[in-house]
Amino acid sequence: MFLIPDPVVRFFHRMASPPHFYAFTQRLMPWLVVIFLLLTAAGLYGGLYLAPADYQQGDSYRIIYIHVPSAWMSLFIYVVMAVAGAIGLVWRIKLAEIVAISSAPVGASFTFIALVTGSLWGKPMWGTWWVWDARLTSELILLFLYLGVIGLYGAIDDKRTASRAVAILALVGVVNIPIIHYSVEWWNTLHQGPTVTKMDKPSIHVTMLIPLLLMALSFKFYYLIAMLQRARTELLLRERNAQWVKAMILESK
Amino acid sequence: MQTQSIHSLEGSGLSCIRDDRVLFEELAFELVSGQVLLLEGKNGSGKTSLLRILCGFREPDAGEINWCGDAVNDSPFYAQMAYVGHLDGIKKELTVRENLKMSLALSSPGQYPIHEALAKVHMAGYDDVLAQALSAGQKRRLSLARLLITENVLWILDEPFTSLDKQGIALIETLMTEHCASGGMIVLTSHHDIDLPDVDVQRINLS
Amino acid sequence: MSLSHAFFAVIRRDLVLALRRRSEIANPLLFFILVITLFPLGIGAQPHLLQAIAPGIIWVSALLAAMLSLDSLFRSDFDDGSLEQILLSPHPTSVLVLAKIIAHWLVTGLPLLIVAPLLAVFLGMPNHSLGILLLTLLLGTPVLSLIGAIGVALTVGLRRGGMILSLLVLPLYVPVLIFAGNAVQMAGSGLPVDAQINILIAILLMALVLAPMPTAAALKMSIN
Repeated sequence: MFLIPDPVVRFFHRMASPPHFYAFTQRLMPWLVVIFLLLTAAGLYGGLYLAPADYQQGDSYRIIYIHVPSAWMSLFIYVVMAVAGAIGLVWRIKLAEIVAISSAPVGASFTFIALVTGSLWGKPMWGTWWVWDARLTSELILLFLYLGVIGLYGAIDDKRTASRAVAILALVGVVNIPIIHYSVEWWNTLHQGPTVTKMDKPSIHVTMLIPLLLMALSFKFYYLIAMLQRARTELLLRERNAQWVKAMILESK
Repeated sequence: MQTQSIHSLEGSGLSCIRDDRVLFEELAFELVSGQVLLLEGKNGSGKTSLLRILCGFREPDAGEINWCGDAVNDSPFYAQMAYVGHLDGIKKELTVRENLKMSLALSSPGQYPIHEALAKVHMAGYDDVLAQALSAGQKRRLSLARLLITENVLWILDEPFTSLDKQGIALIETLMTEHCASGGMIVLTSHHDIDLPDVDVQRINLS
Repeated sequence: MSLSHAFFAVIRRDLVLALRRRSEIANPLLFFILVITLFPLGIGAQPHLLQAIAPGIIWVSALLAAMLSLDSLFRSDFDDGSLEQILLSPHPTSVLVLAKIIAHWLVTGLPLLIVAPLLAVFLGMPNHSLGILLLTLLLGTPVLSLIGAIGVALTVGLRRGGMILSLLVLPLYVPVLIFAGNAVQMAGSGLPVDAQINILIAILLMALVLAPMPTAAALKMSIN
């Protein structure tokens, strides 16, 4: 607490209290949705309409506006999950545990989307639905890691214990992901050689880049919305005996 | 080795919630050397949960436990306690002596050497018998022998009288009295009432 | 008693137990041999094809054998309460856990090395790659035990942890599979494999240092 400014500390302290979190996210939600819709509309308009067609791939490259941000999100969310899990593990903050487990299905969905769009993109490029390309293979293994987290959480009845298990697993995973990623990359160059085109390595024109960044940002907001909604539901479930939940239900009647 | 200094175990504000049910709330106790704490209550009232919280297997949902004034994790608590639980911790493929040697390796040598401890629990001569050949009562006494061979102050016993006959029960009561007389302390759960005339027994009823 | 005394006492105890139970050693080994015999039956006895995929077959089978043997690592200790006693020891749990993993590897991982030459002959692997196969098994199987220990510690309290265990553990085995399988393949074609071996050594050292801690934490979680 030495380096963090006081108002930030106070903000997180208040956020860690479930009723405050619930009320705050309720007020936040409409704003998040509006920002998400604006960003998505702008990103799609820029990507599908304004940006020129690729001189080699024609219009089929436009799937990157979904594929690339999804792939970014898949990794980003795993890291968020591990960090939140670690915070929950060390400081025993319930909300961090809930954020960690609420992130998992959203992350898994993004990973799945990245895989499907990658394979759709592969069809015109490589002529088959699936090639053992380094990125796709890494994404597939990442999907397994996500499914492991979700499966483990579901298998343990006591949800506080399950949260700790998930946190440990996510931390182990986050240490392993770079190693897995590197090994798959290495394996790929060895077996297939450099014939496979890198997906987003060639320098990209600015009219293509801006919509891509907009979409990346919009996906971040989507993640926030989906994760917070899950977290709120999970919070209500876990705190169903708490006074503030009872009071809220009575009020709404 | 029983040190003569006074030890203390304190719990404050302890609560335990299991599957939406509050087992206990705001529970507090203080135990010092020479005392016994007996936890009473119906099945499912949280006796075992409390013992497991004391052992550190479970986190209390609120409250804290101190050993000699310090939080359990910042104190030599684990070097000074011994636990005999519902599971006896005996490997059936190992002999009686091998089982005890293992307990000794995990801890520090205590008051009695292995053969004396076995004699005290009426199991002299069983050294080289495989634990799978023992009866339930003998296994129970073997796990109690573990308390005698390792260094400890606090005994945590979950239903120590199960599967013991009258003599066995009397035996444990003697051992408990001796332990308290030499400065030890005991937390236990029991369905039976215990008969310890010379010991200061505190009771907590959890139902 | 000192920590090193406790460390070796745990290893000795687990080895004695394995000797008295026997099947614990035999089962993963038989599984390993059996799976490898299934491949020629499934693919057809074509020497060239088998020779080409032999490193992969042997390593995938080793992975599966290692995974199947994992359950015995903490199962009996969990069931009879010995695990509680280990966790209550004043010694650091991660060190005691490391002792258990080492004993487990000696019992289930090391025997794979002994039968591997036989299986290499079955699959028609060239003789000069045999040394590298043994070396990769020597470096790789301990990693499988170390990483697997985390998964099994997370699931030991579950009634049906088996399926979920494979989901947790197999993706984490990927790097070992890639580097070890590739090293054997390259050695078969007479290429240098120093890089792969060095990486395997690095992975082994990392696993030795990093795996026992989460395993200990997971056991504490499972016991409650």
